[in-house]
Amino acid sequence: MFAYLLRRVLYAIPILIGVNLLTFALFFVVNTPDDMARLQLGAKHVTPEAIERWKSEHGYDKPLLINQAAEGRAQFTDTIFFQHSAAMFVFEFGKGDDGRDIGTEIRNRMGPSLAIALPVFVIGLLVNITFALLMVFFRATYLDLWGVVLCVVLMSISGLFYIIAGQYFIASLWKLLPISGFAGGINGLPFILLPVLVSVVAGIGGGSRWYRTIFIEEIGKDYVRTARAKGLSELRVLFRHVLKNGMIPILTGAVVVIPTLFMGSLITESFFGIPGLGSYTIDAIQAQDFAVVRAMVFLGSVLYIVGLILTDLSYSWVDPRVRLQ
Amino acid sequence: MDIQPVILWTDGLIFALLAGVLVLAWGISRQEHLRAPWAAVGRRPMAMGAALVLGVFVVIGLLDSLHYREKLADSPVDKPQYSVEVLSAFDALVGTLRTRHEKTYSAPLAMHLYAKEFVDHDGQAVRAYPRLQFGGAHLRDAAERRPDLVRRSAIGMAQGLAASLLLFGVLAAWRARRTQVSLGEWLTRWGEGRLGWPGRTLVCMATLLLMLAGVLAHLAAGYHVFGTDKVGQDVLYITLKSIRTGLVIGTLTTLVTLPLAISLGIAAGYFRGWVDDAIQYVYTVLNSIPGVLLIAAAVLIVQGYIESNPELFDNAAARADVRLLALCLIMGMTSWTGLARLLRGEALKLSTLDYVDAARAFGVSHGRILSRHIFPNVFHLVLIAIVLDFSGLVLAEAVLSYVGVGVDPSMHSWGNMINGARLELAREPTVWWQLGAAFTFMFTLVLAANLFADGVRDAFDPRRESGR
Amino acid sequence: MTRMGISLLGTILFATTLFTTASLLTGCSDSWNSPYPGSAKQTKTVYSAFSERPKHLDPARSYSSNEVEFTGQIYEPPLQYHFLKRPYTLIPLTAEAVPKPRFYDAAGKALPDDAPSAAIAESMYEIHIRPGIRYQPHPAFARDEAGRYRYHALDAAALADKTTLADFAHTGTRELTAADYVYQIKRLAHPGLSSPIFGLMSEHIVGLKELGATLEQAARARPDAVLNLNDYPLAGAEVVDRTTYRIRIKGKYPQFIYWLAMPFFAPVPWEAEAFFAQPGMADRNLTLDWQPVGTGPFYLAENDPNRRMVLKKNPYFHGESYPADGDAADRQANLLADAGKPLPLVDEAIFSLEKETIPYWSKFMQGYYDSSGISSDSFDQAVQFSARGEPQPTDSMRDKNIHLITTVAASIWYVGFNMLDPVVGGLGADRQKLRQALSIAFDYDEFISIFLNGRGIPAQGPIPPGLFGYVEGVAGLNPYVYQARGKQIVRRPLADAKKLLAEAGYPNGRHAKTGEPLVLYFDTMASGPDAKSRLDWMKKQLDKLGVQLVVRGTDYNRFQDKIRKGNAQLFEWGWNADYPDPENFFFLLYGPHKKVGTGGENAANYDNPEFNRLFEQMKDMDNGPARQKVIDAMLEIVRRDAPWIYAYYPKSFGLRHGWVHNVKPNLMANNTLKYRRVDPALRERQREAWNQPVLWPIALMLGGLIALIAPAAIAWRRRERTTA
Repeated sequence: MFAYLLRRVLYAIPILIGVNLLTFALFFVVNTPDDMARLQLGAKHVTPEAIERWKSEHGYDKPLLINQAAEGRAQFTDTIFFQHSAAMFVFEFGKGDDGRDIGTEIRNRMGPSLAIALPVFVIGLLVNITFALLMVFFRATYLDLWGVVLCVVLMSISGLFYIIAGQYFIASLWKLLPISGFAGGINGLPFILLPVLVSVVAGIGGGSRWYRTIFIEEIGKDYVRTARAKGLSELRVLFRHVLKNGMIPILTGAVVVIPTLFMGSLITESFFGIPGLGSYTIDAIQAQDFAVVRAMVFLGSVLYIVGLILTDLSYSWVDPRVRLQ
Repeated sequence: MDIQPVILWTDGLIFALLAGVLVLAWGISRQEHLRAPWAAVGRRPMAMGAALVLGVFVVIGLLDSLHYREKLADSPVDKPQYSVEVLSAFDALVGTLRTRHEKTYSAPLAMHLYAKEFVDHDGQAVRAYPRLQFGGAHLRDAAERRPDLVRRSAIGMAQGLAASLLLFGVLAAWRARRTQVSLGEWLTRWGEGRLGWPGRTLVCMATLLLMLAGVLAHLAAGYHVFGTDKVGQDVLYITLKSIRTGLVIGTLTTLVTLPLAISLGIAAGYFRGWVDDAIQYVYTVLNSIPGVLLIAAAVLIVQGYIESNPELFDNAAARADVRLLALCLIMGMTSWTGLARLLRGEALKLSTLDYVDAARAFGVSHGRILSRHIFPNVFHLVLIAIVLDFSGLVLAEAVLSYVGVGVDPSMHSWGNMINGARLELAREPTVWWQLGAAFTFMFTLVLAANLFADGVRDAFDPRRESGR
Repeated sequence: MTRMGISLLGTILFATTLFTTASLLTGCSDSWNSPYPGSAKQTKTVYSAFSERPKHLDPARSYSSNEVEFTGQIYEPPLQYHFLKRPYTLIPLTAEAVPKPRFYDAAGKALPDDAPSAAIAESMYEIHIRPGIRYQPHPAFARDEAGRYRYHALDAAALADKTTLADFAHTGTRELTAADYVYQIKRLAHPGLSSPIFGLMSEHIVGLKELGATLEQAARARPDAVLNLNDYPLAGAEVVDRTTYRIRIKGKYPQFIYWLAMPFFAPVPWEAEAFFAQPGMADRNLTLDWQPVGTGPFYLAENDPNRRMVLKKNPYFHGESYPADGDAADRQANLLADAGKPLPLVDEAIFSLEKETIPYWSKFMQGYYDSSGISSDSFDQAVQFSARGEPQPTDSMRDKNIHLITTVAASIWYVGFNMLDPVVGGLGADRQKLRQALSIAFDYDEFISIFLNGRGIPAQGPIPPGLFGYVEGVAGLNPYVYQARGKQIVRRPLADAKKLLAEAGYPNGRHAKTGEPLVLYFDTMASGPDAKSRLDWMKKQLDKLGVQLVVRGTDYNRFQDKIRKGNAQLFEWGWNADYPDPENFFFLLYGPHKKVGTGGENAANYDNPEFNRLFEQMKDMDNGPARQKVIDAMLEIVRRDAPWIYAYYPKSFGLRHGWVHNVKPNLMANNTLKYRRVDPALRERQREAWNQPVLWPIALMLGGLIALIAPAAIAWRRRERTTA
């Protein structure tokens, strides 16, 4: 078990280096350090000297990947890539190009992101499973048929429509909830209700339909037939066997998502003005703040890898036949 | 009129794709075991109805992919010169719909602008709703509008009905002859749904579509059916033009995805060892970077390329087209990992089967094993993935446009429409028709695609019993 | 009841709980949709918003309007603009009086005020600061009983539990001295700060450039040490006594006085810099760039740029009273009701982060923001024009007691021609005609009505209204694009443009010899929903001439790069005045400021020797008939040469609720928050009236859910019965 974990963690390192290199390459193909300097310094009265000074101040005056001028190891270490990436492996993100500490920022923004993502995840799971069970229970009736059609209809609506409609009707027209914003503590509740509601509704179509197929597959299995033959009531069969066994693929499929909940949702957060990590990433992309983009990508990939490991663990947990090696 | 055909990158690829699909269809139709599941799809009313709707979209999209430039009116004979504006066969077909610009917003089927303006009324400036230049221009006063609308709708409906009856008659006669039954007998079978294919659904659907087309055509001739947008362009025209963008993104992206996903996924599962490790490494890395970032970077890179090679893209259409292509490419690059993973698992399972082992023992080459034994057995997965991804990609375009890394702002697309419509919703009185039109068309396309995909999946995936 | 039933019930209850929790928690006191749940009511608070987080709050760095919105209230430069007077007038803020420059020749001999500018080698500004002005309470000033600074030698342990400034128990203050002003001028040269005006100011302030070089060397020599600016003298800024300092300027630079009203020249106490320079501070985002320390009427009490920024009244504010010298129009607009009252008139201002215009507008209409701009999309809802063409709020706005504020911004939007371009550039007569033809064809009158809802004035030249040199009415029209019809200014007919185009060698948009169509390229960084329609409009304009326009959309970086390298042909750009002087606009066309080569602000790369000569003459002149004459000559040159299509001067329209008073748009002053007054009781009443939640949709939703599930439940029962 321990050896397995160690192996996975070691395996993560080349992946993270790869992620870093790719982000780095993509970013600097698009933006030169000059561009970044100009963006930070503003549009008026910017002289070439000011740009040079900004670059040397922020460490962007070095070569990108290989320093021809340096000797020995410094050929690789005295470069923008090394100087800006090495520290990340110990989660030292340094400062954004706007001078704010990224680590502090991430800590501050994690809460709002989770405040939206966690309820969406939990409530979404509950609602979707309920709907899926309902459809399974009434399978082969008009309710199931129209339930599936409804799911497909809901799936076919762009997520943007849900947000736009939610904001327009619930917040603007009916004045039930604030249209956007955020507050800490209990005061934050009215702010998160609308994004959570919208996200859950937007996910019902796809989620319920998927879970329904999982349950249906389960119902077709021999042991369910046996159970039913023994005279168990339909409800018992559904809850005792179908739900329990169906939860395995559902939960293991969901585990990979849990760590990435921290990252928040890019679109929802920026629509609803939630000061979370998702809107942080979007802002950084738009402001071409490379330090932040890189930190967020790095954090994202770490969490993704953690999710993969958790998935493996959860498999072996629910199904002891799967051994970790 | 003289024209100069223009083949944009996506046009070429679309028609190549069409040719590929036709060849594939021909190949499939010649082999019984491949044809069977398609025949099963063909028996599903829901899937076939959806396919018909999809077909209409595809035809519009294809017409809109035949581009050309018009010759300038007074250009010399020996050295013809052409306009920089690139038009399509679809533009030529809809004629004046493209050029009938009002000043600004007008509501669907309106004859007045949506905002009051100072109108010169008997030498006095009065604040009133000015008449539209084209919408309802043939009417003398507002009282005439309703009867006119009803009349046009009725004519359109009648024509649509007539056309569909005609088509149905021809179809019935043809099928009756083919199956060698009397026309009456065939009609009875049709009416009772005993044809072996969903004749009733298809005919009803076709009638519905034809009637809709008739009504639209008649109304569009005199009005702006979906109103006009901020600069007075006809929203119906914009929405129809957006179809091509949606289709291109939905199909060309898969064109990029497929080779990558199939080759890498199967290779990883079949060869295992370091090949597997390397491929897994690549897709874990790709998967862990937010897609938006990759897409944003790619779009910016392409823009940089366009800027540094302006001579290659001398008109707006070419620039927008390259950006669209880049978007398809990069979305393909980011979305192959899911399918590759699925195929890897399947190939892993298949490669341990006895007959594959046996083939290997007999010294059959890898290429032969892969193409004979592995690929045909995972093909249904690929197919299901294609149809399922399509709708997701169409929806993704809208979200990307919101983030600002979608298609070129000068291109007609539902994403751009929705993006603009958000501001219009905040108006008072609300301008809802642009959002409504984009919603209706996008929803129809995606719903049809989803329903069709359901049919395909049920027919191809032997494991999935619908439980009914 | 079975578990199935429970989960059924759960679904029904889901929507209910969602809304009832909201009402339970907040419904008793607040409206359901209040974006400020739990906040105190009936306080003298201004509710405002910021759309993107300010990058810098350091007075040496903040320049853009969203930054100055904060620094302007906190930092006090020696001068300010009078709140009410127009044309804009400088008055003292912390200074005793507006300083008059004294001139010296190269030998250091004093010259009379009317000395010719060529003879002047140096100008000297002596500024006297009013005594008794104190800084806001701040831990950097806190001293212990022995008089030592409490927080100037903190170790890691002492900082461990501190995350914000509020965590420091003790605060202190100190009297403002002239040395603080000199200290800040030196900071402009600090290499670590990259002040945006360092380049410009080093051309003017004696010794600033040298100081920059020295500091950079010192920073290189010891990269980890903190530079103590007190150790480095600046020749051009010296402290005379506790309340007096002098600034020396190279030659004559009359516009310098305007810079003294900007936060760049506000005082910064060295204690603050020493305080924030301690190790561990920056890791907590405690830097001077984020935590301003000023003498102004407000201080930054809450600094959470991800959510909200709160300004609170500075308890040590030196006191200032509301101006009494306004004109009759001000009196009529009720702007003099508070004359003589001590400033500031509000206790607090809450700025919430609001990135999108739609939520902003919704919240404004619900009464949660005090004032709002008007986007083009909400224009019809808010504004209508009277029979005489004057804008006024619509009836629905008037019902809500919302007032309209209009003003012409001191800005211009223009379409620039790259004068280095072989097709549209050059000073030859045919190129001139081509540009004039295009200037006529781009019908910006129509643009203003479609895209700006009339919120703009067609520009007649580079100088916007409100600045010296602008001529009102038909006397000031651009004769190459417009003509007078009575007292009306009308655009020349398209036939004129066609004629000019033919004379330029492109009859009907075709090259006269080769017959090739004239294709022009328009570069823009416009993107987003509105851009497409604007670009379509652009194309339509040139279609009228038979000229074909290719729009090249690009991003900010690529656009800047093109302009810098001179690869653009036509491009759209604008300029906001730094200060109310025509020099600030004409210098955009001054040859030696060309973008290509020198990196100046002359993006069109226009270089006309005659214009350059007049510019050099004009910039040092005092306002008066003589200057107007030079300006008129310059206007004639740039109108004829047409290096820009003078598009429009934007008008800004704003709305304010009835409970907001003392709003007069002032495009130069950035410290107007202190004049603002609100009526919290009225606001509270209105908010309550406007935000009654509509409940029937909830009932409908519940009903719908029941209707959906009831048949299911019945069917289930029936089935239970049959299986049982």
